Amino acid sequence: MAFLIFEGVGITALAAAVPKRVIKNYEYTEFFPADQVKEVVDKVGIYERRFADEKTCSSDLCFAAAEKLIADNEVDRSEIDLLVFISQTPDFRMPATSVILQERLGLSQSTIAFDINLGCSAFLYGMSVVYSMMEKGGLRKALILDGETRSKVYSPKDRRTAFLFGDAGVAALVERDEKFGKSYFSLNSDGSRADLIKINGGGYRNPSSAETLRERVVDEYGNIRNDEQGYMDGGDVFNFVIREIPRDIKQTLAHAGADRNALDFYVFHQANNFINTYLAKKLKLNTEKIPSCVEKFGNTSSVSVPLTIVSELRERMGGKKNLLLSAFGVGMTWATGIVPFVDCKISELVEV
Amino acid sequence: MDTQKFIENFKDAVEIDDREIALTDKFREYPEWSSLAFLSVIAMIDDEYDVIIEGKDFKILETLQDIVDVIKRQQA
Repeated sequence: MAFLIFEGVGITALAAAVPKRVIKNYEYTEFFPADQVKEVVDKVGIYERRFADEKTCSSDLCFAAAEKLIADNEVDRSEIDLLVFISQTPDFRMPATSVILQERLGLSQSTIAFDINLGCSAFLYGMSVVYSMMEKGGLRKALILDGETRSKVYSPKDRRTAFLFGDAGVAALVERDEKFGKSYFSLNSDGSRADLIKINGGGYRNPSSAETLRERVVDEYGNIRNDEQGYMDGGDVFNFVIREIPRDIKQTLAHAGADRNALDFYVFHQANNFINTYLAKKLKLNTEKIPSCVEKFGNTSSVSVPLTIVSELRERMGGKKNLLLSAFGVGMTWATGIVPFVDCKISELVEV
Repeated sequence: MDTQKFIENFKDAVEIDDREIALTDKFREYPEWSSLAFLSVIAMIDDEYDVIIEGKDFKILETLQDIVDVIKRQQA
């Protein structure tokens, strides 16, 4: 087991941005009949999502969130020594989007900036990386920017993924302070399940070509996509989640010596409501402590955990709160965190 | 294993409430069967029997009896 413990580092401020454009899932019927759509939508519990327009990238959503965070908290930009951008929908294949954001946010050229590409569990991975560097003591403030435009990744003609994904970006300010006690993380990977969620074409293994862009029927249900659009094997993803996630949460709680009932909130990756309802039941968790925003924003991949905190817990995070964070997905990778938040300043959600 | 109870669990998961079903039925021929029903059945089998059937193993199952056999085998 790969466990990490940090002390005296924490997220002191959080902000999030979503696109203005609301997609109502019951009315997302261009390619499927309304009764079929309703059946899927009711099962996954995703009623609305936000879609970025053609010109808006993950980085634009993160930029809006970061500007809000900096303004609300009067952050001195010259004190930001580290910027990590987390996404699988970056602006370009190169350079790294974090570097573009360094300039755009008016940060110093001595800022450490790099990207992390991982998927749904990446915010917890990113926290671990940033906490590690911050614990070293040479850096004043760090920004984690995490954004995804998954609406651009999946085919609207593939019913297995057409109704699930939405777009969002967050900014988190990380600082050192003794008021933060210990944070615990468990990070995991299983490449034997790399085929469960995947975009096969457009990388260097299967470079972009007329063939990778050709739409085709991909299964017995008549779903249509091309090889540069994502696919997901929902059944086996569900199997993976119910096998690995409860086990990892239990092991992390045991490792941290934490009592699950003493934690204030359990924030899960917002994959869909079916998965999260099942996890809550299997882990026998008090559902009043499980915030959810999947019904209005859909699955925003790595953004979903911090987006849920901003959207659902803004008024409920005063003082010291101990949170269990759990995220899982493409890779497959999965992560559990037991993380203290102390007087975390959460901005109002920004619409772009 | 109580097979009558399994049938009831399966009916609940797939939301069949207008008729009886039998162990010899080919469940993929039910009008209610879908990829979403499949998720509910996986969840039910995990919840009720503490057994997880991987997708590739489930694909070859045809009848309710086949599912029962896999559960029994994994529980043994």
